Amino acid sequence: MSRNSFTLLTALPLAIFALAFLALPLVRLVGASLEGETGLALYGEILSNPRYLRSLWDTVLVSGAVSLTALGISTTAALFLQRNRFAGRSLLIAVLSFPMAFPGVVVGFMIILLGGRQGLINDVTQDLFSTRTVFAYSMVGLFLGYLYFSIPRVLLTVMAAAEKLDPELEEAARSLGAGPLRLLRDVILPGLAPALVASGAIAFATAMGAFGTAFTLATDIDVLPMVIYTEFTLAGNIATACALSVILGLVTWVLLLLARQLAGGSVAAAG
Amino acid sequence: MTGRRWSLGFQLGVTLLACAFLITPAILSIAAGVTVNYFRGLESGVTLKWVVQVWELYADSIWLSLLIAVSCLACTLVIGVPAAYALAKNPGRLSRLIEEFVALPVAIPGLALALALLQVYGTMKGFRLSWTFILVGHVLYTLPFMIRSVMAIFAVIDLKTLEEGAATLGASRWQRFRDIALPSAVPGILAGALTVVTLSIGEFNLTWMLHTPITKTLPVGLADAYASMRLEIASAYTLIFFIMIAPLLMGMQMAAARAQRVAGL
Repeated sequence: MSRNSFTLLTALPLAIFALAFLALPLVRLVGASLEGETGLALYGEILSNPRYLRSLWDTVLVSGAVSLTALGISTTAALFLQRNRFAGRSLLIAVLSFPMAFPGVVVGFMIILLGGRQGLINDVTQDLFSTRTVFAYSMVGLFLGYLYFSIPRVLLTVMAAAEKLDPELEEAARSLGAGPLRLLRDVILPGLAPALVASGAIAFATAMGAFGTAFTLATDIDVLPMVIYTEFTLAGNIATACALSVILGLVTWVLLLLARQLAGGSVAAAG
Repeated sequence: MTGRRWSLGFQLGVTLLACAFLITPAILSIAAGVTVNYFRGLESGVTLKWVVQVWELYADSIWLSLLIAVSCLACTLVIGVPAAYALAKNPGRLSRLIEEFVALPVAIPGLALALALLQVYGTMKGFRLSWTFILVGHVLYTLPFMIRSVMAIFAVIDLKTLEEGAATLGASRWQRFRDIALPSAVPGILAGALTVVTLSIGEFNLTWMLHTPITKTLPVGLADAYASMRLEIASAYTLIFFIMIAPLLMGMQMAAARAQRVAGL
């Protein structure tokens, strides 16, 4: 009796908070999405509306491309940094993990400083080739922005996993005559697979919901979070904004769930 | 051997390129924040006037962010640490489900969560207009990190045996929680705490929807500066943000490494 009551007591703050500020709001969100003129049919309308569909598709596409690119870059860097000791190594690790704590708006600003109208790359190309190079406000800028905050997240997860790889397996493969590429394909990457799936999924989920970056780059980029924001604040379409949020939330959550099934429950801390 | 050298060179190249991509704009931003005129470059002179101007314009939002971050930490400690204890002591299907449910804010985009909160509490004017409304959003988003960080420690130390030992010596449940579980969870609590504060200070996706003109946080101010201020001021503001989060981030990585060592034992 006392055992149960003490456990209940320790779980009570969480129970109250989660019910009031998570369960109830999520139920209301779904409820509000059904309170438009058309009710449940709104979801059908959204899923057959070319503008929303295109935006959903663009969001998924850019998020997927970013995750794959970040996986490639971060895995290469993580393996290199994990296996080689040299002066400046911890500085490189610090540089590669620092942007993890940047909010999306700051990342957007970073991309503007690189590829905006007053950006570094525009300056350089104007000096050298007298051509204007402005990419910050397009899909390229968005892709680079998402990549900017994905690289650190993936890197830290993969580095932690690379540390736990069994060096004897590699030794064995090498003594059997495996070259570096075969080693990578048949030993290292399979060993890292859970971490790759997990961190790739988290990069994908973060990109799907990234609002700050798109907001700062703010032009004609129609990613889903921006569409939701416009529907809610400018158009006042509360039911549509809620329904789109439900769809975005579901897509992201289901994907993370699938990734965790694939990765065998070892999905590391997200951010 | 040449294959190996080629492969090392390739890896180094990718690593350095990635570093350059991440650090170049940050350096540009720091430089722009202390340059008299960014378009004329550093030769126009170095100044702190932009930083001072940012402070005059945005001090309120910076203080508010600190207030919210500290309050958010307090809330996640009070809610998260006992909850992690309860979940660790009662492993099973229900605990997994609860853990999964409260971790939803990590998976669901902040914008959607903010909309959900607005649907329920948007009409309660007193709450909606105060900074505590933003606080709720931040607690929602950071709580899973605290719970996970503390649970990771409880999962590896043999809490059961330790507590049984204490129980045979006559320790009450509260004493066991306070004197056994809490002290052993300190590395996890510390790592979680730094994560919570860092995330709270930088949170934008939820906050942008929850803020009002009188409750602007640091990142909301940043968005405002990016949209409407000259580049030097936007950069100086970013510089202040960097200075605030750099020690937090370093502390966070050290604490995480320590927690991992403890968990590895």
